[in-house]
Amino acid sequence: MPHRANVMICTCTNCISNGSLQIKEALEKEISKHKLEDDIQVVPTGASGLCVKGPILVVQPDGIFYQKLKTKDIPHLVEEHLLKGRPVESLMYVSPGEKTPIPELREIPFFKDQRLIALRNRGMIDPDKIEEYIARDGYKALAKVLTSMAPEAVIEEIKTSGLRGRGGAGFSTGRKWESRRKMQDDMKYIICNADEGDPGAFMDRSIIEADPHSVLEGMAIGAYAIGASYGYVYVRIEYPLAIERMELAVEQAREYGLLGKNIFDTGFDFDVEIFKGAGAFVCGETTALVASIESKPPEPRQRPPRTALWGKPTVINNVETWANVPAIINWGAKWFAEIGTEKSKGTKVFSLAGNVNNAGLVEVPMGITLKEIVYDIGGGIPHGKKLKAVQTGGPSGGFIPERLLDLPVDYERLQEAGAIMGSGGMVVVDEDTCMVDVAKYFIEFGVDESCGKCTACREGSDVMLQILTRICAGEGQEGDIELLEELGQAVIDASLCGLGQSLPNPVLSAIRHFRDEYEAHIRDKHCPAGVCKPLFQFKIDEEKCTGCGLCRKHCGHGAIQGESKSPHTIIADKCTKCGACYDVCTFNAVTKVANSVMEAAVSH
Amino acid sequence: MPKLKPGDLDKVAGKVKRTMLMREGSGRSKVIVHMGTCGIAAGARPVMKALMDEMESRDVKDVLLTISSCAGLCSREPMVTVEMEGKPAVKYVDMTPEKAKEVFVKHVLGGEMIKEYALAAGSERTF
Repeated sequence: MPHRANVMICTCTNCISNGSLQIKEALEKEISKHKLEDDIQVVPTGASGLCVKGPILVVQPDGIFYQKLKTKDIPHLVEEHLLKGRPVESLMYVSPGEKTPIPELREIPFFKDQRLIALRNRGMIDPDKIEEYIARDGYKALAKVLTSMAPEAVIEEIKTSGLRGRGGAGFSTGRKWESRRKMQDDMKYIICNADEGDPGAFMDRSIIEADPHSVLEGMAIGAYAIGASYGYVYVRIEYPLAIERMELAVEQAREYGLLGKNIFDTGFDFDVEIFKGAGAFVCGETTALVASIESKPPEPRQRPPRTALWGKPTVINNVETWANVPAIINWGAKWFAEIGTEKSKGTKVFSLAGNVNNAGLVEVPMGITLKEIVYDIGGGIPHGKKLKAVQTGGPSGGFIPERLLDLPVDYERLQEAGAIMGSGGMVVVDEDTCMVDVAKYFIEFGVDESCGKCTACREGSDVMLQILTRICAGEGQEGDIELLEELGQAVIDASLCGLGQSLPNPVLSAIRHFRDEYEAHIRDKHCPAGVCKPLFQFKIDEEKCTGCGLCRKHCGHGAIQGESKSPHTIIADKCTKCGACYDVCTFNAVTKVANSVMEAAVSH
Repeated sequence: MPKLKPGDLDKVAGKVKRTMLMREGSGRSKVIVHMGTCGIAAGARPVMKALMDEMESRDVKDVLLTISSCAGLCSREPMVTVEMEGKPAVKYVDMTPEKAKEVFVKHVLGGEMIKEYALAAGSERTF
């Protein structure tokens, strides 16, 4: 018998690591204690999106959203809300800077301004139950194409929709399919690229964890369109939960005859295999991915010829692209093409991370401005700090400075600004971030993940890292900026694959928009953001210091001295610049003073 | 498990349709059982159980059955509010499982309010 209420508990990887499985257990225990088993059902779901507030649960049909739950909150919550119908205010979401909680999920700005297509089932279904996917129009699109559309008509529909690859390059999905359709061969392949590897990006993982069947259905439709009968889901082994849910989804789809031979009695055969990648970033590049499935060293190769698994025509699309396909077939290309901008149609999923209040997974219509994403959905910057830049596209992407925040999200516009759409990583950086240091972080990632085949990428990235390290240490020289620019361009020009061709982007875009910060490091040995430790010292402002002694107690190196109730001082020789004193001082008396300023004061 | 044919999708969907509609918070009408301490003490839980049974046995899919807290008139609990689309909400008082079933059949399914059980039509002003 259906229950009167469903408690949708987020069991994505993020929420599980925050303890959502313990919450689920506590809920079930309390529900049985109040003998509410027939009334209330606890449903595990994929990511709801507001990952930073996890563990999260939503009580339906009321749509009440609870966040940051602890097991000790559960007895009260079950008794009050589930038994007596009184939602618990103290566990609800409160907007940054506000006091009144917002009870309903749909009223919370983070959710209100999103538009869900790829994530249409998130938080609504149990990903382990194919029946729930089917009840939300699942596999209807597959039935429609198999029973009433010619493969060419499917391709035409996808072309008309304007869908472009969501993995980063943004190539027209319909055109990609069309070219493979035209190739004559006894075997063709469909691949889902789930080798997501950008630091801070988790779009693909979340889609598979929340709604694996949407990806499988999209792949089956693609297979029918190009004439393929076999497919691979290439997912990295570092995503165990996504693998587990995808495996179960494949099993269930086979049981229902939605994968396998003679699907829907139409004579169409399609089956998939899950291929677990070892987690090398370069395997997201299609030629390397295919080499990996073929058990060859995963190194990219020159294109053309086109990427072809076992030498056969192959379509590789990203997880999010596949998840969009059934929705386009169900609701029409025209509907999809009305969302977005002239050349970028539909929505894009971003994983919003960094210095932003509502970090999480967001799906927004193309053409929305970065400002809307960061401030309206993301809830702005924590601690009232100023925004400095938004980094899109991960290690292949670039920084967009605060002054360009009205930029609409669109493949072309992002590229013009020196960034890329990428697969959807979006890292917000505030005024306390050093643009040399953060560029160094991305280059370090590139150095680690470069496969080493091309000298320019392998050695070039390493030299770029050495230069950046030097600049951060206060040993930058005149000409370093120009050298970085020249090297970066050389790496782009002389690398075979997308990884090398985009790896210098974070550095080049940081120089383009924040050149003065690089110059300050090199010429004045000054880090304006106060991040590069060799370039500043901590000092206690005697006028502000009340002598409370908090900094002295927190200093792990005995580097602070002073009598109670009289100003303290820092012993420079003992100070390791750990920043503990800076963080604990409630009077803003601990300050960072640039070396150059200190030296000037001493010589004065 | 037999292999699905295109027409079978709706049958599979039908089995969980009511649960999905409930999660979406959508329905033709809404039936609210007031479950404050007073309501529970006066017998709101058997009333709820009766309504759930009725939904199940009649295979009703488009009605939302939910709870809320004390409606303020504790002496007349258990209370049930029926909200039909486009009409003022009706509050029923002194409910029993039998009366609740009658309300469900006549009002929620049939559209006819049962005057003798009703306290009033409409909700209090909140501002």
